[in-house]
This record gives sequence, C-alpha cells and structure tokens, in this order.
Amino acid sequence: MLKFTEEHEWLKLDGDIATVGITAHAAEQLGDLVFVGLPDVGATVSKGGSAATVESVKAASDIYAPLDGEIVEVNEAIGTDPSLVNSDPLGAGWFFKLKLKDKAAMDGLMDEAAYKAMVG
Amino acid sequence: MVDATADTPPDLKRTPLHALNVALGGRMVPFAGYDMPVQFRDGVLKEHLHTRNAAGLFDVSHMGQIVLRPKSGDVGDAARALETLVPVDVLGLPEGRQRYGFFTNDRGGILDDLMIANRGDHLLLVVNAACKDADERHLREHLSGTCEIERLDRALLAIQGPRAAEVVATLAPSCAHKRFMDLASLTVVGTEYIVSRSGYTGEDGFEVSVPLSHAEEVARALLALDGVAPIGLGARDSLRLEAGLCLYGADLDETTTPVEAALEWAIQPVRRRGGARAGGFPGGDIILDQLANGADRRRVGLKAEGRQPVRGGAAIYASDTAVQSIGTVTSGGFGPSVDAPVAMGYVPTAFVAPGSTVFADVRGKRIPMTVTPLPFVAPRFHRGTPRT
Repeated sequence: MLKFTEEHEWLKLDGDIATVGITAHAAEQLGDLVFVGLPDVGATVSKGGSAATVESVKAASDIYAPLDGEIVEVNEAIGTDPSLVNSDPLGAGWFFKLKLKDKAAMDGLMDEAAYKAMVG
Repeated sequence: MVDATADTPPDLKRTPLHALNVALGGRMVPFAGYDMPVQFRDGVLKEHLHTRNAAGLFDVSHMGQIVLRPKSGDVGDAARALETLVPVDVLGLPEGRQRYGFFTNDRGGILDDLMIANRGDHLLLVVNAACKDADERHLREHLSGTCEIERLDRALLAIQGPRAAEVVATLAPSCAHKRFMDLASLTVVGTEYIVSRSGYTGEDGFEVSVPLSHAEEVARALLALDGVAPIGLGARDSLRLEAGLCLYGADLDETTTPVEAALEWAIQPVRRRGGARAGGFPGGDIILDQLANGADRRRVGLKAEGRQPVRGGAAIYASDTAVQSIGTVTSGGFGPSVDAPVAMGYVPTAFVAPGSTVFADVRGKRIPMTVTPLPFVAPRFHRGTPRT
C-alpha cells in the first residue's frame, strides 16, 4: 500500500512498518540536497513533528513525521550521499522506517491519484 | 516540507528581463521588492558550479544605477562631494575606473555598499536594490548643492566565469583588453552600453548596463553563446559567499563599521589619519580611530566541521557549553565549489586568528566551526599584465 501526505511524503506499508520518503515533486522543489539529518533509531515521533531535516545549498527544511510511531531504521546511505534523494526519491532515497502506532491511520492519507491531483 | 508554490504578492516590481526569466524556467521569489528568479531549471548547485566552470548570466537589473553629475562640469567636484559621504578616495579614481565603497552614518555604521565609477564628466554609482531609494534620498539631501542626481533607468546584466571574457568578446571584441574594475561605454548601432570588468562572484566577468529596450535582446544574444547559462539569485548568493564578499543587510548593516566588517582595504590611505583628505565623512572619528586601534569584533570566515550548513542568524559561542553567545553568523550555507559548509560572521577580536574554534548553535546543537581566511575560493579577477 502506497500513501501520500499533504507534506509531500510517501509511505509504503509492510506489516505494521511504513517506509517513509519524500516525493519526486518535493525533491525537485527542494533542489540538490547537500545534507540530510536523520532521526535516531528508537525515537518516538508524533504526526506533524519534525523527524528529519534536509538542506539544499540555499535552505533548510523539515521532514515531518507522517503518522505517530517509532523509528526502527534509518537510511544511512542518504546521510552519506544526499543526492540519492534527488536521483531516486521513491527508491534508494528513502528516509526512515516507522513502526506505526496505529496502522489504521494509513487510511486517512491520500492515494497516488489524490496526491497527483493535489500537486497538479 | 516547504511550501514552494506560495503565490507572489501582486505589488512586486519586475525587471525588464522578467518575462525572459519566467520563460527560462526561473523559480520566481520576492527579493528587495522585485519578483526575481532564485534559480532556473538546473538548480542552485549546478548553476553555481556552471558559473565557476564556464559562464553564468545574471539579471541584476533590480540594483540601482545613479548618476552624480557635477553642476560645475568638473567631475572632481562630484568626487569631492561624494567623499563627504564615503570614506573612499573618489578624487583619485581615474576616468574609466571604478572602485568599491560604502555610505557611512554618524556612528560609523554602513548605510549601503556600492560601486563608484568615474565616467569622465560624471560619477556612476551602483547600489543595492533594497537601499536604492534611501541612497538616492541621502544623495539628494547632502549633494544637491553641487550635483545633479539622476536615476538611470537601465537594465544591468552580469556575465561571470572563466569563459565570460571569451563570450563577451564575441559581441564586443574591445572588452578583451579591459582589466578588473575598468569600465567604458560601447556604442553599437547608436545604442550605448556601459561595460565594466567586475562582478560579485570571485570570478572574472563583466557587468553591462543596457537600455531597457535592448535588455532582452542582449540577454538572449549572450544566452545563445556556447557555455552561457542563466543563473539565479540562489547561486549568486553562494558564489559571493565563497568569494568572501559581503551581502548588505546580512553581513553589513547600520550597526557594523567598515573596520568591524574587515573592509579596511576599501579605505585608501589618503582618507586615513595622516592622509591629505583624512576623515570628512559620517562617523569619521569612530572609523579612523578603529583603523588605528582596531575594533572589538571582526567579520571572519567560518568553516563548519561535517556537512551540515550553518545559516545566517545562528548564534556563536566560545565553547559547546557556554551560555552567553559571543557573536552571530551573518551569512552561511553550503559552498558547492568548496564542497563544504561555509559561513561568515562576527566574533570578538580574541577569536579572529585563523584556526580558532568557535561553536554555532543549529537547532539546539553546537556545531564546531574553524575561523578560516577569506575568501574560501581564490579570486580569478583579470588584473591584466603588470606594465614594466
């Protein structure tokens, strides 16, 4: 199941663990990333709270937690090479895996068609 | 996530290249009251590197171009008048040359930084967009007795990078002989262009003042040449930061003096104590005293350890536990050519020695920063062959 948030993140659910990244639209808007700050494994995050930071040459931006949960894995590869987020945002550029507090909350997010309609 | 699609306010001004900037895929943002491209399709990182490797075209038409014309007809009178507002040797500036300067206030602070050119029968000033109305009022208030003050409503294009000279020479071969800070008029089919060999990227390059009616035509002609790409304000900022050049409103303001800002090089000996025209500008006593005895704080280059950029506004501390901040980062970001985070900021004199370590607060985390000589990249200005 692939879902999207209004904050331009995608979530892919496997069991009760969602892999989270940012959309191609978001990556394009941010521009070439030069730094990614990832959360600590084991950290508890709440929906809408800052979970990671990304920095381009020009600006810093927050990546918000899409839902409540616990960080169970982070993608160290994008910490080493932030350009992966730009080149493969839906694949190798994933950010973290989130063990969802409430799996049913996924239902409240957008599907791909709704997200595409939102970004035009 | 950022909302990168915010509507631009309708009251923004447009440069004569606005339509071209939009057509080239410019991402438009408000800057100093203008709707300006922060980047084009390649993005800030690639635009920055392109300028350092080839040639970048910048629309800087939002900047103010002001003519000071002496009522006496003697440009020396305009120079002497302007010297009452800037701590710079204007009188000694030869015809066809320009130099950097700044307007000061009574406390020795900087009202704006600018370029001053001697055009033979008048002076041409190029000032910051955000300050240009205030600068013009300042000039009218103080110099109207001796000078006619006229705003030049013209476009200003900058072409910067190691291939800039080759590019400009295809349109205007005589420019190849110009040295850094030379400027001259070129008349092409009855149209006057004012070309100077200067810029604000640390690269060789030119700035060309163009009649509004010809701006787009000139820009398109330059963009059609091999190696030229349009560059937005984002890369302009990272280029000037790597070059150690100040951004007014960030690194300089009404509370920073030229000595604090490490701009002593722009105050020639003739305006200093013991010089033939020492002082005589606003804040002169304070600035001349600081020139002789130093200031309590100074602008320095700062390199962060690691990869995380430290942005303007970050507080600086003497240690990773100190409670009281000792200074502020005034400009900061990632330097694409340096391939590391770079910044400038003000620290107390005790910390200005290269190699000193200070700590910047980024989101509650103290990032170690090393005081580093400016510029971060070696300038490649075309100073010409010294005459023997």
